[in-house]
Amino acid sequence: MDSELNIGIYKKKKQQRKQLIEAGIIIAIALIFAIILPIVLPAFRLRLFGRFLALTIVALGIDLIWGYTGLLSLGHGIFFALGGYAIAMHLKLQIPEGQLPDFFTLYGVNKLPWFWQPFYSFPFTLVALVVIPGIVAGLLGYLVFRNRIKGVYFSILTQAALLVFFNFFNGQQKLINGTNGLKTDTERIFDLLVSSATVQRTFYILTVIFLVLIYLFCRWLTSGRFGRLLIAIRDDETRVRFSGYDPTGFKVLVFAISGAIAGIAGALYTVQTGIITPAIMQVAFSIEMVIWVAVGGRGTLIGAIIGTLLVRLAQTFLSERFPQVWLFFQGALFLTVVTVLPNGIVGWFKDYAWQKVQFLLGLRQPLVTYPQIEEDPAIQREREQLTRE
Amino acid sequence: MTNKILEIENLTVSFDGFKALNNLNFSMNAGELRVIIGPNGAGKTTFLDVITGKVQPTKGRVLFKGKNLKKIPEHKITRMGIGRKFQTPRVYLNLTVRENLDLVANRNKNVFPTLFGYSSSTEKRNVAGLIETIGLDAKADLLADLLSHGEKQRLEIGMLVAQSPDLLLVDEPAAGLTDEETANVGALLLSLAERHSIIAIEHDMEFVRQIAQDKVTVLHQGSVLCEGKMEQVQNDPRVIEVYLGEPPEE
Amino acid sequence: MSALIEGLFNGISIGSVLLIAALGLAIVFGLMGVINLAHGELMMLGAYSTFVVQNVFKPLGEPWFELYILFSLPVAFIVSALVGLALERGVIRFLYGRPLETLLATWGVSLILRQFVRSVNWLLVISIAVFCLFFFGGMTILKRRSNWERIRNWAITILLVISSGIAIAVGFLIDRVGQIALTKPWFSARNVDVTAPTWLRGGLKVLGFQMPYARLFIIALTIICLLGVYWFLNRSTWGLRIRAVTQNRSMSACLGIPTAKVDALTFALGSGLAGIAGCAVSLLGSVGPNTGQNYIVDTFMVVVVGGVGNLFGTVVAGLSIGIINYLIGSGTLALIFTSMEGFKPLVDFFLFFATSSMAKVMVFALIIAFLQVKPAGLFPQKGRTAEL
Repeated sequence: MDSELNIGIYKKKKQQRKQLIEAGIIIAIALIFAIILPIVLPAFRLRLFGRFLALTIVALGIDLIWGYTGLLSLGHGIFFALGGYAIAMHLKLQIPEGQLPDFFTLYGVNKLPWFWQPFYSFPFTLVALVVIPGIVAGLLGYLVFRNRIKGVYFSILTQAALLVFFNFFNGQQKLINGTNGLKTDTERIFDLLVSSATVQRTFYILTVIFLVLIYLFCRWLTSGRFGRLLIAIRDDETRVRFSGYDPTGFKVLVFAISGAIAGIAGALYTVQTGIITPAIMQVAFSIEMVIWVAVGGRGTLIGAIIGTLLVRLAQTFLSERFPQVWLFFQGALFLTVVTVLPNGIVGWFKDYAWQKVQFLLGLRQPLVTYPQIEEDPAIQREREQLTRE
Repeated sequence: MTNKILEIENLTVSFDGFKALNNLNFSMNAGELRVIIGPNGAGKTTFLDVITGKVQPTKGRVLFKGKNLKKIPEHKITRMGIGRKFQTPRVYLNLTVRENLDLVANRNKNVFPTLFGYSSSTEKRNVAGLIETIGLDAKADLLADLLSHGEKQRLEIGMLVAQSPDLLLVDEPAAGLTDEETANVGALLLSLAERHSIIAIEHDMEFVRQIAQDKVTVLHQGSVLCEGKMEQVQNDPRVIEVYLGEPPEE
Repeated sequence: MSALIEGLFNGISIGSVLLIAALGLAIVFGLMGVINLAHGELMMLGAYSTFVVQNVFKPLGEPWFELYILFSLPVAFIVSALVGLALERGVIRFLYGRPLETLLATWGVSLILRQFVRSVNWLLVISIAVFCLFFFGGMTILKRRSNWERIRNWAITILLVISSGIAIAVGFLIDRVGQIALTKPWFSARNVDVTAPTWLRGGLKVLGFQMPYARLFIIALTIICLLGVYWFLNRSTWGLRIRAVTQNRSMSACLGIPTAKVDALTFALGSGLAGIAGCAVSLLGSVGPNTGQNYIVDTFMVVVVGGVGNLFGTVVAGLSIGIINYLIGSGTLALIFTSMEGFKPLVDFFLFFATSSMAKVMVFALIIAFLQVKPAGLFPQKGRTAEL
């Protein structure tokens, strides 16, 4: 009994040390991103990188539902765009009292549509850009999950929903300027031009902070019982029912959270891009989000971040130099990741490369097999024979 | 008022006209260990599906502790105290043995308590005790994926017990096990029967003889063919005709 | 009255386009549980094949040119079926049982096909031929080695690198020699137009409105395809095998049905039907690399509403989505209510949705509502095997 207690304490200490190391690494990387990069990179590159970081936030949201819960959403562009539009509407309203945003006059609208009204308020906007995408996602999720629609059906329905939102935003000139979208670069926030260097740097640092916070949040979600239940739902939903849980509620909640995260990302992306248009809800972009996660390794949060950065950097590089090749490359990326690297880069590293590295460094790699097998003399003999050959 | 834990009245389930269960009547007392046997396609699994809410009855009703189970979703029926073990072991392969049990042992299974709650020390102790009972202490922190078939079978029974149900439904627990493992599972079931009511569906007659202390029910073409003590059932001419066949001449 | 018939006709003709496009998808989904996101691109290939056949027939003069569309149908079918076959053998085969991954992989294929049509020229074709020569040639030679299984992964990787290297080098060399004809794209990124033969122009006048011949042709084509597929599935040996595998894959395999062949055949059939759909679509307007994308989501909805493994469901779903889409999109519904008193808000409501893109919003809402009542589609499968 005594020794068991000691083992327990030892395990706890080891776990604490691991958590400390992880926290240290996160802080270090965040500091590099937030302090060193703004000094090193030219302003427009920094703005680009800030956008990439905003995209890593959506990738975290997608990893949460796809990697952990096994729900493949092809419609995250909706929530991304909702967040973006929320902040853009607020910025558009930074004009003297009584005036309308300029595009309204083009279509002969002389009264502000009712749903623009609350976006005068900054706190409301902040809440809205999280809550509105979250509610839309939750509602869509509820309507789909309560009927036990899952798998590819869910994916297709999210894609159709995406197309519907795209059509809606595209068609409503008089409400939200249709295809042209909302431009934020020329607007003012706290009396500063949005596109000015100071504001942009602030947005960049805000993105880094949000990335860290959302990463920690997802980490918390997935590490406890809740996270284990998500994995259980992914692996065998029927069994979860017979364990006494109602998977619908869990799925709706996690989908809503994922949508809300996408909303935050969308807002951060929009202010660093300078414009939001319905084009952000194109079918292709939302599927791309999934492939970022797949490349990095689903089911690992860090993989989502790494994957997004890698793919986006490759895209910038390739499409700047060989615009024709990019689509071929992207297509090939989809194919190879799915067939050759189903667990992504991080998964591959965990399963295979890490052991190799340890082996090369001369550290004994821990073998994950039955404890009994290790002690079985017959197995030992066979091993020796095999190594001799 | 008798002490019936489960009563089934005139139950019919039809899929597109095919009657998987046909006007079935069944009842059992609390604390009983009932074995159900029957040839393939007799409706044994559908029988369990109806009790657990996976399939809705076309006609008739199912009463558990006097409550009608109609239109109650699976998870609520489970929470009412009916636990089910599937034919093939279904455990969460990407979770460790301990995590598997911890998930099931969770007292409050609503969304937010699960999100914010932590395993209490009682729960932890329960889980540790269960791991010992099912004999997987050495592998408590291994992924369930790495367990052998028999170990998964034991883990799943452990998960059932962790739910602390009143009625256990066990679907062919001896399928695919070695003789020794079968005997183990049988002993486990018998020890569980001391504190739970159990319905066991089984094909292996050897195993049935081991565990059938109370009544045995024979299903045939969706209805109850006969019911009684093992010896009675074994010698019933109808049962011999449709299911057991003539005993081999010694 | 005539407005209603006109609405019905237009709805049916939209529905028949949807139906012919969804038919192949529904068969493949029913059999393999695979949603092929490249289905739209297979349609696009069918449309481009029609365009090529048309250009071949143009110099032949009058009597032949009139009939080109009849020749283009089998060509479109075969081209799409072959591409589909290559897709199944090359990619999807490895992903059975992982439907979500298949979704992503087929999306990758769809991206490649779209860019391929944009930039295809002789240079690219030659490079691909060189690549195939070296890659598959090398594979055949290496496969004879006794230790093939052991070196398999490495061999494929190395071959892949070497052959693509050679292919790119050859491409560069030819590019250097500088033959303009070789580097000129065949289609370019712009849309191409298929001119319908004269007997498909104009229309039939019935009750004071025109039924365009092209639309009638598509409806007829859809009916023929449906009957053909129905006959194939219900009367032929391979059809029987396909139905057997649809119902119980492992049992069929045990009974000696070559499931791999059945999969390949079904996928080719589904893809071929996409080719025919593409041919039909090319009669309705110009064709571009993104043509397939316009249809893909709608056809998915047909499959979702229709349910799995039941052609009749697909037919009903396709036609009703088509008709509802038209009635809302054209403003016919709004028109009907205008004539009645006291329906002002309802008229406004329908007018709001009375464009073809807003109609899709409404139809989607209706589909979601429908799925609340019938989550498994119009004709769900029942029984113990229906849900795992």
